[in-house]
Order: sequence, then structure tokens, then C-alpha cells
Amino acid sequence: MTEKILIKGSVALARGAIDAGCRCYFGYPITPQNDIPEFLSDALPKAGGVFIQAESELAAINMVLGAAAAGARAMTSSSGPGISLMQEGLSYLAGSELPAVVVNITRSGPGLGGIAPTQGDYHQATRGGGHGDYRLIVLAPDSAQEMYDLAGEAFNLAFRYRNPAMILADAILGQMKEPVVLHGACPAPEPAPWALSGAANRPPRLVKSLYLADGEMPVHNWKLYWKYEALKEKEVRVEVDCPPHCSLVVVAYGSCCRIARTAVDRAQRRGLAVGLIRPVTLFPFPEKEIRQAAERARRLLVVEMNTGQMVDDVRLACNGAGTVSFKGYPGGEVPTPDQIEAEIERVMKAGELRVCQR
Amino acid sequence: MEYAVVMAGFGGQGVLTMGDLLAFSGMKAGYNVTWMPSYGVEMRGGAANCTVVLSKEKIGAPIVGAARAVIAMSEPAFNKFQDRLVPGGLLMVNSSLVPAAETRPERGDVEALFVPARELAEESGDPKMANLTMLGAFLARTGLLELKQVAGAVSAFLPPEKKKLAPGIKKALFKGQEYIASL
Repeated sequence: MTEKILIKGSVALARGAIDAGCRCYFGYPITPQNDIPEFLSDALPKAGGVFIQAESELAAINMVLGAAAAGARAMTSSSGPGISLMQEGLSYLAGSELPAVVVNITRSGPGLGGIAPTQGDYHQATRGGGHGDYRLIVLAPDSAQEMYDLAGEAFNLAFRYRNPAMILADAILGQMKEPVVLHGACPAPEPAPWALSGAANRPPRLVKSLYLADGEMPVHNWKLYWKYEALKEKEVRVEVDCPPHCSLVVVAYGSCCRIARTAVDRAQRRGLAVGLIRPVTLFPFPEKEIRQAAERARRLLVVEMNTGQMVDDVRLACNGAGTVSFKGYPGGEVPTPDQIEAEIERVMKAGELRVCQR
Repeated sequence: MEYAVVMAGFGGQGVLTMGDLLAFSGMKAGYNVTWMPSYGVEMRGGAANCTVVLSKEKIGAPIVGAARAVIAMSEPAFNKFQDRLVPGGLLMVNSSLVPAAETRPERGDVEALFVPARELAEESGDPKMANLTMLGAFLARTGLLELKQVAGAVSAFLPPEKKKLAPGIKKALFKGQEYIASL
């Protein structure tokens, strides 16, 4: 099945979720993610699923929690402020070790902000976002095809690790139409052995995030920790394009990386020794690949549509190897390839290796 | 080689649809394509624009600083988007709404082509299809895709409830081509 269809990224993501077996969607409207519920409100009931427009984001995320506890493949989507409202529920999902997919088509913020493309929610997504010592699995698509593919991947990872997964994208990726190859519906997943699916003829199960007995809580926290370590070990997804002898490596993700890609291509055609790394998973973060690039090229340039968030993870990954520069475009400002190309050239020429704020 | 075109006008003029059809036809012709609409508080009568990129290579940025062509369907679009052309680029202007004058465009380093899109649409049978006479003219002038390919893709492009529009759309596309041939 290789027929391509031309669809928006948000629609591709929604179709990817259905093909991955998602049969429950709960959400509350907010721009710029509305194309997802718009599509699912029609398509999900037709696929035998449930679509509910909740009374609030708090209700939506707790409906997701309930459906997840029953073993269903459930998802919600929102933008910026709506995702902030869901943080308590995300923390409970992580604490209860429940799988679910949450999509953030970001708004430029803080506060109500604007609807233009932005990457200001990186910290919130990759640090957990709610209270407690937990992480989300965070996937960052850069095309409509990946919006489709990573929706399925998010469900698979969420269920394999019993942890909520977030897809972090923005209005460029949500609104842009691109050709997408659909892979068709995956086989119905096996019933989860922990799901609260009715205890007739079997011992009852318990899903909870409350641990009050002596010594219980640290045990649970260490269990979560080792799960995140396993994710770091096995589930890093990253695109590395570093030609031999390159003396600068650009690091960018999502829509911003599409623009950086054009800039790097042009610079390479002009003979500049520059490479590109695109983290596809933001948690787990491709620490090893970035560290290697820093050791070889000695110089990294992080480009983000914010004032500097992923750059922190890049610096931690480098742990002193090489030098990390940063160029940011916050608040809905979208760089052109020319601007990033000029920055590549500037950093390479300057030779002086420092953090360059705008 | 990558080709980027910006299409701009009033909401309701069909500039997003025009770009969508170009992107769809490009995909059917074997190109990689992106269609990026302006996204904001647009509504009927407000401003609308989209950027379409066609390439045989993998496409990076779906938004460009400077495009090879700009199609301006309204006066505000004409004023705003001529600066978004590469030197030597093609500026196609809807002269039904943007009167041509010797002093226009202000930029001397682009090729300006004034097309009476609405009059052509009226002649082809439906004044609402000015966007499509313009697209036909654009394709005829640039040769970006063969008009036959685009006309052939129209039926598959349309949702079921709009398939009846296909003959009118094809007529409008060829009307635009005729106009360019007559120049």
C-alpha cells in the first residue's frame, strides 16, 4: 500500500492514532490543534471508537486516565494552556504507570500567548511537567508522514513501558499538507495484563499512584527511574547527518529542523563542513550521538524557536566537550533558511566559541 | 530543483484551494510537495495566503524567505508580497482587482504578468473560478506542471460532494492557458 495522500499534519496524526488502535479520544477545543478533534469526531465513531468533547481539559485528561486504566488505547490533544491544565492528570498517569498519548500542538506563550508556530513547551514536555519525579516519553515529528508514523510509535512505546507519551509539534506541522503513505490498521493489541477490565474469574488488580506504607514510595520511584533508564538505553530515535571532518553540527528538532535542514543543505553545497542532528525523541534524549558530534566537530549550534531550552540538554549531553552556541526565535517568530544559513556562517567564521544570544 | 510559489489574496478568493490543487497535482506528478497555509485569524474577506513548494528532492523548509513566483489576487497581496520574490522572479497579478500601471510593480527586477482572472472566469462560465484561470495562466507561463496533468488530477482532488465541479474547473484552467497563449 504505497498510495500517497495529501493531508494536514494534524489529520495525519489523527489517522495514525486510529491505525494504531486508538479508540478513545477525550479533548477540549483550542487553536491550533482543532483539526485533530475535528477529524476524530467524525472518524473515531465510524471506527467503532468513542469521541467525547469534555467540559474542560481537566475532565479530558482524567477521562484518558480512566480509559487507560481499563486498558484502552486512549488519547487527548491540546495546545499550550490546555496542556498546562492537564499536568496533574499526566503526573497521575505516570505515577499509576498508565499508557496514554497526549498531543501538544503548541501555542507561543506564556499565558494565552499566540497561535503561531513555536517550541516554547520543550522544558514542560521533557521534564515531566507535573509534580513528582517522572518523565514523559516525548516524540518530535518533523513532517506529516512522521505525524502519522509517530502517533503509532507513541502508543507502542506508551504500552511497552506503561508510561504516558507526548507528541510535541506546532502549527507548521499541524497545518502543513504533505504527501503521506498510510500503512493501514495494525492488528488489535493484546489485552493488557494489568488492565482493570473486570475481575470476574480472576484475582482483582489495582492501579494507583498513592504509596503511604513504610518504604513503598522510594521503591516505586526507583522502579520508575529504571524504566526511564531502559528508555534511554533502548528507545532513542535520532537523525544524524554529520559528514566526516565537519567542524560544526547544527542541532534542531521539529519544524525548526526543517528550516535548518534547508540552511545546512545550502551551506554544504557551498562547501562548508557542517552537519545536522535531529532528535526525534526529546525524552529519551540522544545524549550519546550529541556527545560524539561534539567530540568530533568541537562546535555545535542549537537552533530553536524559543529563547533556549533544548540547548540545556545539548550542554548536559556534551558535558564540556566542544562548545555550544545557541540561536533562538521565540514567540511565534519563524526563521527563514537564509537567517539560519547566515548564523551557521557567522559561528563558523567567528571561531570564538561562545553562547550567542540574539 | 526546488520551486516555491506564494499565493495570496482575500479569504474567499480560493487562494488556499488554488495552492492545494497545485500541491496535489504535483504529488500526482511524482514531486515532493508541501502546502503551508497562512494560519491565524483569517476569515472571508480577510487576508489569506499559502506557500507551495515542489521539488524532486526531499523538501526542507515549507516556508521560504523569497519565492520563485508570487500570485497576487488582491491589491493588499500585491503590495505586501512583491518583496517576497527572488530577483528575476515571476509576479502574477490579478488585474481584475489590481489595475496595471506603468509604474507597477515598484520592483524593476521581476517579471510582472497581469491576468484578468475574473473576466476570464466569466468567459469560461463561472466568475467564482478566477483562482483557477489564474492557476491555468501560471502553469502555462511557468511550465511547472503540464496543464493536462493538473486537469487530470482535478476529479481525484475534489471531495465527493464537489466532484460535479470538475468540468467547470478544467474549463477555467484551460481558459487561463489560452490567455497566456494569446499574449
